Amino acid sequence: MEKKPQIPFSPDPTAAGLPASQSHEMQSAGMSSAASFASGAAHEPVDARAPLVLGNETFASITDTVARPIESKTPLAWYICFAISLGMLSLLGVSIAWLFWEGIGVWGNNSPVYWAWDITNFVFWVGIGHAGTLISAVLFLFRQKWRTSVNRFAEAMTIFAVMCALIFPGIHVGRVWTAYWLLPLPNQMDAWPNFRSPLLWDVFAVSTYGTVSLLFWYTGLIPDLATLRDRAKSTIARVAYGIFALGWRGSNRHWLNYEKAYQILAGISTPLVLSVHTIVSFDFATSQLPGWHTTVFPPYFVAGAIFSGFAMVINLMIIARWVFKLENIVTMRHFENMAKIILLTGSLVGYAYAMEFFIAWYSGNPYESFAFINRATGPYAWAYWTMVSCNVISPQLFWFKKIRTNLWALFIISIFVNIGMWFERFVIIVTSLHRDFLPSSWAYFTPTVWDVTTFIGSWGLFFTMFCLFVRFLPMVAIAEVKSVMPEADPHHGTGGDHAQGTH
Amino acid sequence: MQQHPYFGVLAEFPSASAIYHACEKVRDKGFRKWDAHTPFPVHGLDRAMGLGSSKLPWIVLCMAILGGTGGFGLQAWINLNAYPVVISNKPYLSWQAFMPVTFELTVLLGAFGAVFGMWALNMLPMWYHSVFRSKRFLRASDDRFFITIESKDPKFDANATQAFLRDIGATHVELLEQ
Repeated sequence: MEKKPQIPFSPDPTAAGLPASQSHEMQSAGMSSAASFASGAAHEPVDARAPLVLGNETFASITDTVARPIESKTPLAWYICFAISLGMLSLLGVSIAWLFWEGIGVWGNNSPVYWAWDITNFVFWVGIGHAGTLISAVLFLFRQKWRTSVNRFAEAMTIFAVMCALIFPGIHVGRVWTAYWLLPLPNQMDAWPNFRSPLLWDVFAVSTYGTVSLLFWYTGLIPDLATLRDRAKSTIARVAYGIFALGWRGSNRHWLNYEKAYQILAGISTPLVLSVHTIVSFDFATSQLPGWHTTVFPPYFVAGAIFSGFAMVINLMIIARWVFKLENIVTMRHFENMAKIILLTGSLVGYAYAMEFFIAWYSGNPYESFAFINRATGPYAWAYWTMVSCNVISPQLFWFKKIRTNLWALFIISIFVNIGMWFERFVIIVTSLHRDFLPSSWAYFTPTVWDVTTFIGSWGLFFTMFCLFVRFLPMVAIAEVKSVMPEADPHHGTGGDHAQGTH
Repeated sequence: MQQHPYFGVLAEFPSASAIYHACEKVRDKGFRKWDAHTPFPVHGLDRAMGLGSSKLPWIVLCMAILGGTGGFGLQAWINLNAYPVVISNKPYLSWQAFMPVTFELTVLLGAFGAVFGMWALNMLPMWYHSVFRSKRFLRASDDRFFITIESKDPKFDANATQAFLRDIGATHVELLEQ
């Protein structure tokens, strides 16, 4: 049972994105005894890659690290953040109340710019959510084990972003008391919704997406809620976590169905997430408006969504990792991998921008050419070039490893990416609308203060939910992180002599 | 039903590797009413326990088919019977335009099948279970690994089964009341 010296097939740790100083310690403790197991002295990369969890973490210490922010006294910083978030959230309440009272006229929307910040914000928030599903579902299917440290966090982000997104189509309809006409219900006029309309598809896509994301997230939480239940000191906590843990007892007969459920959810969430932003893009692409009527929209929207979502994960994760001391679980490798995805999707988005211009010229359609030349040189050129510099130029810095592994650079570039992606939606929506086919209907859109407060308010909702999440729920998937640790392998430390027939 | 005052025995193991090999031995001994409890899914433990594959995919398949046909049927019924309106000079049954909603409902009901089907197969929620009587079992969701063998198993014998579990590497064995 003695562990073999394991250096020979261990790769250069830096190749896997780890600074040499952080590479795992090469200890040769015997793994046959419980004592050395519990102390977690050895980290053997069973699949010949650097470990995902750094430091001498054990199963127990992972539980402690993740549960600490929930079980310890609420820090003052949390109260401050929560108070600010609640303040912003109340701004949302006031803005929506005023909108309902007074009507859509409180916004800057005009004719022909019927859609402006409302739909920009909707598409922005839905897009943010996509990274969460990508991490939880797509990376799961690709067996990207590094996702385990960040997936819970990213899925929470997805749910909160979808909540923010759902507000906007709900409130932009003007007569909100008839918003239920969106649903396939017979109303008082005996009329049914038009199932040939992408706007209706959107209702189904986004609400399905929100529901499935919530189910996926909750399914992942069940074992961790059981962990919190078993650790709870107070009766209230034990009962509250216990109710939501459903009586989970880690039974392997349960894990069998659980893992299958998780796998199936990942499998069906993958086409779902692609369908959601595809359908969002149909809202535009199936219209005949130059600048919208484009077949490249679905893939381009999906790439943009993942691009902005990963930037948001990086921003939030940098803060949470620092505040809650998760450095051993969320490592530089996670950030570097996410930066690479931003680089890829950012390049795809840049390609799509170029292709739109190419097609505008190549199609020979004068309206299409006008729309795009106007986009880059017209009254909204400032917005267009803000978008290009944030989305096309700034992520290219991630070609450099020094920048990918610098948290400040990651943080700032990710903010730029999010600004750029908000402007992308603004540019698509507003610049395409403000120059109609008839020059007599041309107009310029300027937001009102209520446009701004509604948007800030949606951030308030997002941050309020996040504050509650980091305070009361485990922000890292405890069971999943344990399962990617070398000690979790049943053949760990046995030289693989029992491996036959099990893999 | 009340032949046994005990639910069964609970045996604690220190590592994933220990429980894996212990499960192989419990399986080979011929026990049927038994289970392993781990803080995370241990790779390959299903086979070490001799479990078959999950029936969940069939539930999901049925639910997804229900969602898909229901979604398409809803749109077809509305457009053919309930509210036939010519839109853009398209046929009433514009099946291509009905695909997005059909797809979304397939996914939605499939997801319900996956989550609630998993609950049903696992008989969750079940807030009381005999294993929760053990204080040591609190660590089953942290860093300890357990095997329970139920008294309902025909091969169960309070003393012999406890001795057997000790033999195969359990660090602690106890009898659980119902």
